[in-house]
Amino acid sequence: MKIAVQSEPFDFGAEAAGFASGHDDQGAVVTFTGIVRNTADGTLKQMRIEHYPGMTEKALAAIAEQALSRWSLGDVLVIHRFGDLAPGEMIMMVATAARHRKNAFEAAEFLMDYLKSRAPFWKKEILSNGAEWVAAKEEDENSLKRWQ
Amino acid sequence: MDVLYFAWVRERIGLPKERVDTNATTVAELVAELRAREDRYEAAFADLSALRVAVDQDLTDFDAPITNAREVAFFPPMTGG
Repeated sequence: MKIAVQSEPFDFGAEAAGFASGHDDQGAVVTFTGIVRNTADGTLKQMRIEHYPGMTEKALAAIAEQALSRWSLGDVLVIHRFGDLAPGEMIMMVATAARHRKNAFEAAEFLMDYLKSRAPFWKKEILSNGAEWVAAKEEDENSLKRWQ
Repeated sequence: MDVLYFAWVRERIGLPKERVDTNATTVAELVAELRAREDRYEAAFADLSALRVAVDQDLTDFDAPITNAREVAFFPPMTGG
């Protein structure tokens, strides 16, 4: 299991390749990458991501442990960035390895659903005409229910 | 104990962290004490349904005990991923 909370960019290709190699008993690897999305009118200058040092690492590890205990997984990877990110930059990635793809897909969705609403990150959009905290979506909270 | 604020809670109160000496036994009692301090605290804690709380870095509820807590943090619903 690898958990990383960092301000610097990560190399998605290298992380995915590293994660996918060295498991000859795992037939499936699923990866998900979150990217800073510009606003429809292209006014986003930066996505500022704040987090709670200490709690973030604990929360991510707890979510990953839950995935490992719930599905038959060979390994789990979570990388999440903080700080100021430009539109198009990668914010985070998760990867799951399992013997069969169903477990890998489901566990990756579970990780994403929990990361959205249970990991202490807050996003602020720095726009060309101001700044706004991103509000949590009710649908994100609702999507946790399928796992409860 | 240390009281931490994140995101717009931090902005409304105007600081990320402070040392608070309190006899409050629950999060709700601590919130009541803070709200009584100044308008900026009242503004930050006006709508508790818009806030989340962690005690010693574990997400919990406003009725959670804090008698032995080292750290209490207040923040809006999280927006990770």
